[in-house]
Amino acid sequence: MRIEPRENQSLGRLILALFLAVAAALSVCSLLILWSGASPVQGWLLMVKGALGSKFAISETLTRATPLIFTGLAAAVAFKAKLWNIGGEGQFYLGACMAILLGTDTGLSAWALIPWLFVAGALAGGLFLLVPTLLKTHMNVDEVVTTLLLNFVVLLFVNWLVFGPWKDPMSMGWPQSAPVVDAAALPVLLAKTRLHLGFVLGVGAAVLVWLFMERTVWGFEIRAVGHNPNASRFAGMPVNAVIVRTALISGGLAAMAGVSELLGVKGYLTTDLSPGFGYTGIVVAMLAALHPLGVVASALFVAMIYIGADSMSRAINISNYIADVTTAVSLLAVLCALFFTKYRIRRG
Amino acid sequence: MDILQLFLETGFWVAMVRMATPLIFGTLGELICERAGVVNLGIEGIMAAGCMGGWMWVFLGGSLWGGIVFAACIGIAFGMLHSLFAVYLGLSQHVSGLGLTMLGSSLSAFVFRMLLPKATTPPKIVPFAPLDLPVLSHIPFLGEVVFSQTALTLLAFAMVIIVAYILFKTPLGLALRMVGENPMAVEAQGLSVLGLRTAAVCAGSAMMAVGGAFLTLSAFDAYYIGMVNGRGWICIALVVFSSWKPYKALLGCLLFAAFDAVQMRVQQQAGMAIPYQLYLALPYIFSIIALIIMSRKAAYPKALLIPFRKGER
Repeated sequence: MRIEPRENQSLGRLILALFLAVAAALSVCSLLILWSGASPVQGWLLMVKGALGSKFAISETLTRATPLIFTGLAAAVAFKAKLWNIGGEGQFYLGACMAILLGTDTGLSAWALIPWLFVAGALAGGLFLLVPTLLKTHMNVDEVVTTLLLNFVVLLFVNWLVFGPWKDPMSMGWPQSAPVVDAAALPVLLAKTRLHLGFVLGVGAAVLVWLFMERTVWGFEIRAVGHNPNASRFAGMPVNAVIVRTALISGGLAAMAGVSELLGVKGYLTTDLSPGFGYTGIVVAMLAALHPLGVVASALFVAMIYIGADSMSRAINISNYIADVTTAVSLLAVLCALFFTKYRIRRG
Repeated sequence: MDILQLFLETGFWVAMVRMATPLIFGTLGELICERAGVVNLGIEGIMAAGCMGGWMWVFLGGSLWGGIVFAACIGIAFGMLHSLFAVYLGLSQHVSGLGLTMLGSSLSAFVFRMLLPKATTPPKIVPFAPLDLPVLSHIPFLGEVVFSQTALTLLAFAMVIIVAYILFKTPLGLALRMVGENPMAVEAQGLSVLGLRTAAVCAGSAMMAVGGAFLTLSAFDAYYIGMVNGRGWICIALVVFSSWKPYKALLGCLLFAAFDAVQMRVQQQAGMAIPYQLYLALPYIFSIIALIIMSRKAAYPKALLIPFRKGER
């Protein structure tokens, strides 16, 4: 058995590989449904119905996809430069914190306030990722571990905020912050649903990131540095500066997920604002093969799994952790599938 | 509140050794993988799977040691997956590891919920009892701190010695270290690079899972979702801290556990003056600081993260 690179890479093969990977993940998921005693067909119908079966279901899926688009873009940009930002969860919460810090006691109008909160949140997230990034570029500290560990630190910080100084006296004792002012709330797109402007912003961000990566020098540099830092340095690119830029963009995007989720869905800060959006963003980015526009599609797919699984677990006796298992399996399956678009296995 | 007073208490040292045990297993496991050139970010999920699997084995009527063996088998299964992706196919070790962490964590939560859907208060098992060895357990201080722990703690200490011996005194250890430094040379010797790496990843993953099982079978008597709580990531930091040496890894784990034990005592005595979240964050902050201090001169295994494909340079 021998592994050798393919001479040519076709788009058709890529799409086929992604399709097969998703099919593999869904069949593992079917086994789990079978274990619970239900029929997989019934389970899948319930999931599809739960995720797409009504106007409300679709709106819920789009709402769930919104933060995943941002965190998925954050992971996609960083991974392109081989900057392993696993700290999306922490950056998400920092963005949300900025929205509360600047959005609860202000007289600004919505037109000024909402952009201001997004910018401030993105800055906080980007600067926060800068710490592990500079440690990587200047002191050789592995960013995977530092970004991961900082997630725990940030979550404990948020925990302290909502149990301590930011606790809303009007919340009947629940650990949550005071809500942002009405002007900061993102407009709802569809009456009687939770679908908010954040979704449009997320899709817009995906298009911008795509243009940036494909059509600008900075974007090209990010891809080049990720591909081969030594060659990039030889070609005269400021490698460390490129990595720092990548960190600012990636951290900023992850934080915007937090701002959007806070302003669009909850309005106040709690420690369960994110059920792991930062980590799921990594799956979203990988499912999209790190393509910014693909991120939108894969965020929708992952959101469908989560919303569908919630709905299925209410109808049949199955734990909704099945959604997490399915996304984890699809991550691994896509990793393999992408391999087979670039390599083939030969006998002998 | 006197910190010096604390160090005179035997109870403090007992707590330190107990808290170090899962870290020793996890750190040694990661150390073996990285010595062979493979980073295993699956550690957090493998520990979670061992934690739940070992507990479930005992809860469903198996023996305690059976639970440990079962956890180790789960670890090996995850190790084989990581080998398939990261060693045989040469895929990104980071992504494969993170995927396995997600799989291990979510699958253990899922299985727990499926087998015990109605458990509101976590059901309990009878965990390992503290040892009462003749003579050894009755040595003053040392007897209480080391030899009156559970058998798993002694196993952890023994593993340090065994791993150090294998790595530095046997031909197998030499081959394992070489595969992490210069796989081409190993290939030239007629040894299988992929086979050695797979063996290291499986053995290491088994140890990680046993470390997870310690949490439910010895340190505590119940399982709850999210129990591993970042210990795996801390182990990865400790491996760098130890410069990939087993005895320094033991030292690192004990030091770390000592900090942890101190912060817990101080937290109890200081009361509400300082927010308790700060104390909980300290272990993570310590790990980051330790990483920063050690990383400047860290001698990473040369072939770490680099996949090996026959005939490819």
